Amino acid sequence: MATTLTINGQSHTVDLPEDVPLLWVLRDEVGLTGTKFGCGVAACGACTVHIDGEAVRSCQVALADVWGDVTTIEGLGTPDNLAVIQQAWIDNQVAQCGYCQSGQIMQAADLLANTPNPNDAEIDDAMQGNLCRCGTYPRIRAAIKDAAQKLQEA
Amino acid sequence: MSRLGKIARRTFLIGSAAVVGGVAFGVWQARRELENPLRPEGDAVTLNPYIIIDQSGTTIIAPRAEMGQGIMTTLAALAAEELDVDFASINVIHGPAAQAYYNGVMMGLSLPFKDYAVTDFQDTVKETVGVVGKIMGLQVTGGSTSTVDAFEKMRMAGATARETLKTAAANQWGVQDFEVATENGQVIGPNGQTLSYADLAQAAAAIEPPAEITLRPASEWKLLGTSLPRVDMVGKATGTAEFGADVRLPGMKFATVRMNPKRAGMIRFDASAAETMPGVEKIVDLGDGIAVIANNTWLAMKAAEAVEIEWEAASYPATTAALRAEIVKAFDTSANSTMRGDGDVDTAIEGATEITAEYHVPWLAHSTMEPMNSVALYTDSSLEIWSGTQAPTIVRDKCAAAVDLKKDAVTVHTTYLGGGFGRRGEFDFAVLAARVAQAMPGTPVKTTWSREEDMRHDFYRPAASARFRGLIQNGKAVLLDGKIAAPSVTRAATMRLAGFAAPGPDKGHVEGAFDQPYGIPNYRITGHLADVSVPIGFWRSVGNSFNGFFFDSFIDEMAHAANRDPLEFRHELIAREHAPSAALLDEVAEMSGWTGSTIDGVGRGVAFTYSFGTPVAQVVEVVQEDGLIRIQKAWIACDVGLALDKSIIEAQMISGLIYGLSAAVQGDITFADGEAQQYNFPDYDALRMHNAPQVDVRILENNAHMGGVGEPATPPSMPALANALFDLSGTRVRDLPLNKEFDFLL
Repeated sequence: MATTLTINGQSHTVDLPEDVPLLWVLRDEVGLTGTKFGCGVAACGACTVHIDGEAVRSCQVALADVWGDVTTIEGLGTPDNLAVIQQAWIDNQVAQCGYCQSGQIMQAADLLANTPNPNDAEIDDAMQGNLCRCGTYPRIRAAIKDAAQKLQEA
Repeated sequence: MSRLGKIARRTFLIGSAAVVGGVAFGVWQARRELENPLRPEGDAVTLNPYIIIDQSGTTIIAPRAEMGQGIMTTLAALAAEELDVDFASINVIHGPAAQAYYNGVMMGLSLPFKDYAVTDFQDTVKETVGVVGKIMGLQVTGGSTSTVDAFEKMRMAGATARETLKTAAANQWGVQDFEVATENGQVIGPNGQTLSYADLAQAAAAIEPPAEITLRPASEWKLLGTSLPRVDMVGKATGTAEFGADVRLPGMKFATVRMNPKRAGMIRFDASAAETMPGVEKIVDLGDGIAVIANNTWLAMKAAEAVEIEWEAASYPATTAALRAEIVKAFDTSANSTMRGDGDVDTAIEGATEITAEYHVPWLAHSTMEPMNSVALYTDSSLEIWSGTQAPTIVRDKCAAAVDLKKDAVTVHTTYLGGGFGRRGEFDFAVLAARVAQAMPGTPVKTTWSREEDMRHDFYRPAASARFRGLIQNGKAVLLDGKIAAPSVTRAATMRLAGFAAPGPDKGHVEGAFDQPYGIPNYRITGHLADVSVPIGFWRSVGNSFNGFFFDSFIDEMAHAANRDPLEFRHELIAREHAPSAALLDEVAEMSGWTGSTIDGVGRGVAFTYSFGTPVAQVVEVVQEDGLIRIQKAWIACDVGLALDKSIIEAQMISGLIYGLSAAVQGDITFADGEAQQYNFPDYDALRMHNAPQVDVRILENNAHMGGVGEPATPPSMPALANALFDLSGTRVRDLPLNKEFDFLL
């Protein structure tokens, strides 16, 4: 069954069963592999994308249920046109293996959109669904605070 | 993709057999006789196995797997330091699978030396053993060896290339070599004239590098010793870094596998329900499991779940308790090793206080964030494989055997690794992908494991047990006798790799216990191998991951039995053996404001482990809040001998600590009916943003040798936490994980 989605501002029509999770539509069908598969059960946050600006676990959203415009890490910014938060990730040298970082950044972007100047407890609350096996948490925290400051200055 | 990247990619695609329309010059002179595996196309020129130059710039081959430890950046910096190229402009790629990229240090790790007391003679022996690695062509990333192995090789690669470029320019200008200099990708002549490396590369490739080159002293370094922006950072902040799971090829299909969770064979399966499910293109009978090939990974996973399979029973005891009993039985077997036997542990010491303790640690999964996967394209005459592997030459050889091809018919492309920790030093995920692709010749197939498949088909860190006896006299440890019992990771791994279990004493089994710089006059460690066939493998810090906990926990128990401050107690014993290690205890005491006492509701523990050439001291602080324990803060002091990039080293120290703390708090793979009972992160979690500690790191450079950084912070983290909990509660836990005894903020 053909379904049309708006992803990163572009319209995509995909022909897949309607129970296929958005994650696997993005990765296998649309070819946007920046969004990662980590667990399939919303326990790690690697698949986090935005739907109408809100961070969601794309492994839990069926194709038929996508309720708005989808933004993935690729839509947030590109190597030649970085989003402020991505620049903060680079300035703070956050990533190690990097596999979870797309999800971390999408979750943090949602946090900053709602809480422009988050304190440590707010960062803890917002980010605890995003697992990082390399343990980059201290630098993620620093990058979020750095991005918050840069966004407020902007 | 940049032009450079394209050339590099073509280099890979050509493989090792053909040169297509390009120039392949130069033999690796500084390390003779190993063929340069690079086959660049077009105007690109390779000066040695580590450097390709073309009109758009310089590509450096970092032949170790980038799995998060920042190795691409440091390896590239080593070459760039001598080559004089702008670091921001270079392209860095993984090498192809080739003997040229052997790891010469890895094999030396198996020698029974205590690193802190290594003599020059032993260093020579280590180098000789490294030659074995060369002959075997072991291109392996592991053992925290990458920078130590590359320290000379990569700088020499840069220096020899630079010298040939200089000669090429001097020839063109009719001047002497010594009259020219290099800077920023150019050779500069005596009159200020310049030629770019790109314009000189063709001529340089035909020039024999000088036989002897003096590498630049550290005082002249511009890149090494500084914290460089990592070469993989932009890609990883933008979702454009390509992991194995992200590889996309035209016409590619998506597959998943189901193998026996009892780690044995398959009796029968019924795929009739799965065959008609949406997206399914083929069910593959792998003999020992099944694969589903579909037009979407999720549809493949759904169909795979619908296949009814009858599995063979496990060949090992079926439950955690039965497995532990088998391990503990090994204490009664004759010792496989006595790698330390200082003094006489049977001696009677008048007036000494005796303490004994028995410790246990569980099986652990690696649980990398990226589940196991690989992409393979099989034809009747070739196999191409894209894989996040720590061991490309092993992947090549094992895949070749699995699909009945010669190894030179196999091309391996190493992608970024979404976590390794030792798991991706195995080859099972690549071989399975090759076997799946073999069922669809001519079509590229990506095989991705579900998280459940990944967690239940790991090569686990083995469960292990230890028995220690110690004597204390006048507040000092005068005797320590430890016995370690566990299945042998070394033997299991060599069996998989080479078909035989490495004979003789197994150092990996007792590392972290026998080799610690403690001046205890009667100090013996014996290793006892348990015969348990649960699949096991290299888990970040390997034997140190359990022996670090056993040994340091017992030192802490001795300190308390001696009624001494645990930090001072360690310091006194270590200072006799290794001053740089003792200095770390001073450092971490200063960092943490160690006083030896804490207020109610706060506990602090200190721990020390010397592993992979790097001594590490840590203090961990826990707080009791609302009935839950939170790990509030950690301080790390390490001595790496020579710090090539402090930002990367700091990141690895924190990473190693959090990886260890995650295991100590809650890591526990248990077995029932021969199957791991943990399926996914809800059953096997790790520390997260809200319960990971703040960490301060100091990096010292007093040690005599450069050490590794990827693993050494993991071993001391577990005893540091257990020691802190003892300080908090008075309860000594000798059986991990700690959440069996304490309620943590999770």
